[in-house]
Amino acid sequence: MTAANKTGRVWKFGDNIDTDVLAPGPYMKSPLVDLAKHCLEAVEPRFAKEMKPGDIVVGGRNFGMGSSREQAVMALRELGAGAVVAPSFAGIFYRNALNLGLLALVCPEAGKIRADSVLAVDAARAELRDIETGKTYACEPLPAHLLQMIADGGLLPHLEKKLKVQRSKEAQA
Amino acid sequence: MTGMPPMTLAEKLVARAAGLPSVRPGEVVTAKVDLAMMHDSGGPRRVAPMLERLQAKLWNPDRVVVISDHYVPAVDAESAGILDLTRKWVKAAGVSKFHDMQGICHVVLPERGHLRPGMFVVGGDSHSPTGGAFGAYMFGVGATEMCGVLVTGEIWLRVPETILLHWTGKLGPGVVAKDMILAMCARLGMDGGRYQAIQYAGDTIAGLSMQERMTLSNMAAELGAQAGLIAPDAMTKEYLLGVGVPASDIDLAAWQTDEGAVVTERHDFDAAGLPPMVAAPHSPANSAAVTEHKSVVVDQAYIGACTGAKINDLRMAASVLKGRKVAGGTRLLIAPASARTTAEAAADGTLATLTEAGAILLSSGCGACAGYGAGVLAENETCIASTARNFKGRMGAGSSKVYLGSPYTVAASAVAGRIADPRDFLS
Repeated sequence: MTAANKTGRVWKFGDNIDTDVLAPGPYMKSPLVDLAKHCLEAVEPRFAKEMKPGDIVVGGRNFGMGSSREQAVMALRELGAGAVVAPSFAGIFYRNALNLGLLALVCPEAGKIRADSVLAVDAARAELRDIETGKTYACEPLPAHLLQMIADGGLLPHLEKKLKVQRSKEAQA
Repeated sequence: MTGMPPMTLAEKLVARAAGLPSVRPGEVVTAKVDLAMMHDSGGPRRVAPMLERLQAKLWNPDRVVVISDHYVPAVDAESAGILDLTRKWVKAAGVSKFHDMQGICHVVLPERGHLRPGMFVVGGDSHSPTGGAFGAYMFGVGATEMCGVLVTGEIWLRVPETILLHWTGKLGPGVVAKDMILAMCARLGMDGGRYQAIQYAGDTIAGLSMQERMTLSNMAAELGAQAGLIAPDAMTKEYLLGVGVPASDIDLAAWQTDEGAVVTERHDFDAAGLPPMVAAPHSPANSAAVTEHKSVVVDQAYIGACTGAKINDLRMAASVLKGRKVAGGTRLLIAPASARTTAEAAADGTLATLTEAGAILLSSGCGACAGYGAGVLAENETCIASTARNFKGRMGAGSSKVYLGSPYTVAASAVAGRIADPRDFLS
């Protein structure tokens, strides 16, 4: 993956950011591009309007709590989020993020990251670096097979590969 | 079973599904899925294009259950289209276990006899831990992960630690499972479950009906747990026999936590001292005794959702509303959790009591709880609801406020026009 050392500006959020503010119910039947316009608007109305591709979402504890709706991840991805960083994630959101190829990093010190700072993200080394101050933040490393899945774009492309191999074996048999 | 290490119920369920004699917390295993449940929102409309892209078929259509509950009944072209797609897809995919507009998936699934102790089940909804009330390991997944299950019949998971939430004593009048779970949310917080397995146990739990146990397991999601288990007992068996599960399918002895099994955390709760609880906006963890919120005026009272509109929930509301009227300036909306719930409530007179008090009946579905259907809130409105979540904006406008309480408390508040202590209404 070329993702090593991507940089992005930090959008900072508090604890317990839930899936209803990430993907509000009233827009759940709308096309993703419209749903994404309302992503996080209940807590930060500027977010969807001013978010730039590559920007980094830094949350507090239990980021993504609530629903299993993948649109919570898809809306962030649609807006171009480069990574989501938090001291802890809600279990389903975390799995969904990795399954959809969105880098989710558990960073115990996420609370110290400054809003609007610019971070370089090194997924392989599980490290964030503040471009201006040089301060680094260690994250929990992801196992190689999950990093590979994220690099492939998520579970679906990963399954596509796997099925292709399986089918070519079956064709040979 | 000599020589086997003692295991918790969660470990036994995961070990069986993984085809292993025993498992240890933290170990990553691949489990075979006994049943996969989807609804109309996260189900066919999301997985159909993925399956098409993979050119893959279901690993076993007989192990898939589809239940439409989010966009029912259709209110516009989009929701009608989602339901139409759902109906066509189940037919084409050969899924015969399809329950269309019969109620909310977490209530319909056991009601139609699909669950039994020992099963390993995934659901395409975060309240899937509800199945844990029947001694099944059930948890929620997103649509992409569901697609993986549909193609392979398998899913990876980290073997969970077990967090024991132990209740002793007898609940007071007007105090029920919803009050218990709100108290647990207040004590443990929304991430206290750490995506591990909760097991509810103790003599209080043993005395709860299956519907009340479902309320606890359902809201294991609000504790941030992966699963919310209750070991099956005679009560479980009686329910399952009643919904047509063959006796030979119901093994109680195999699905208990062993003596000496390692429990990572244990929290003890006293049922006798528990008051009715109310969660203030915007988190179930913001819970305190109802008396803390008694001055709050409510525009709407809502009895609905998978966690708060089962038959016992409607009976609780009826016991408060009998011979009383909803206050002027307040509206009481009731969406029974399933078609069977409605039928039972009609048969025993519960429904008549509710409507005579002025309650407005809505169709069975997820509805207003998730801001999907009828009964959403306007800007600055206040609602008290028997639902599971009161996140900001979830039930409608961003500035609306939702308090959570038991059906007793919601009904009492509807009569008073402000948040009220149900104990003042029960003789």
